[in-house]
Amino acid sequence: MASLIDLANPTRFMRLSAVLLPWLAAAAAVLLVVGFYLAWFSAPPDYQQGETVRILYVHVPAAWLAMMFYSMMALSALGTLVWRHPLADVAQKAAAPIGACFALICLVTGALWGKPMWGTYWVWDARLTSMLVLLLIYLGIIALWRVLDEPSRAGRAVAILTLIGFVNVPIIKFSVDWWNTLHQPASVFRMGGSTLDPSMLWPLLILAAGFTLFALALHMVSMRAEIMRRRVRTLTILEAERLDRLAAQGAPA
Amino acid sequence: MNDLIAPLGPHADYILGSYAAVAVVLVGLAASILRDHAAQKKALAALEERGAGRRSGRRAS
Repeated sequence: MASLIDLANPTRFMRLSAVLLPWLAAAAAVLLVVGFYLAWFSAPPDYQQGETVRILYVHVPAAWLAMMFYSMMALSALGTLVWRHPLADVAQKAAAPIGACFALICLVTGALWGKPMWGTYWVWDARLTSMLVLLLIYLGIIALWRVLDEPSRAGRAVAILTLIGFVNVPIIKFSVDWWNTLHQPASVFRMGGSTLDPSMLWPLLILAAGFTLFALALHMVSMRAEIMRRRVRTLTILEAERLDRLAAQGAPA
Repeated sequence: MNDLIAPLGPHADYILGSYAAVAVVLVGLAASILRDHAAQKKALAALEERGAGRRSGRRAS
């Protein structure tokens, strides 16, 4: 564990991410192109839902990623609170807007799928409501980062809120089993295997992998930006202190 | 364009609307992250060029 923590210091992360990023972005692009091609030109329409099933290929990966990014943030929150790791709150801060965007995509595409299939854009169903709560938690976390100036204080406050909010993730996952919902139960990751035909399952899995790599690439860029923002902040403070000292000595800056 | 939309059936608007929403949100997210990255890189380069953080405060050579 100690060596893993040593390995993940900001300087090493900047060096490693610069090498990894082009590969990650290229792999994401290839998977997304192949996945969208299969989803649009190879996968058949559903026998009940017809062509609207094509919304599945963006809706389901968005739902998975919204929950995955929140779970990553909960792990980072532990890193911040337990190990005080310098990259943990950087990772957490960078993940929040990305997770929020996928939660938003999940809700919007779900509403656009719900209207033709259920006859309504929205119901206060357990799955839909718990996903909306996830989006609101994401927005709360983003807001908290913005109101607290000092990064390490903000990191600890956000970590506590993130861990409290994590209770919502299993609620989203199991809401369709625990309550009677309009939303269908799990059809991919379930006991007894997927209920999706391979002609629909493969495009979905390829697109899910593509969206995941795309999101991880964005997360890496965002973490790099956050590390640089903190360096800029530290250097600006040091420069201001130096100018203050010089002014006190009566010397020109 | 109609040839592309017609095979999608009566709910084409909902299907295309979903994909448009995905494109708008993800392109906006990627643009904002890349813009932020470029801005921080520029700010850091400017500070390092001024020699900020060095005890002597001399310009970097």
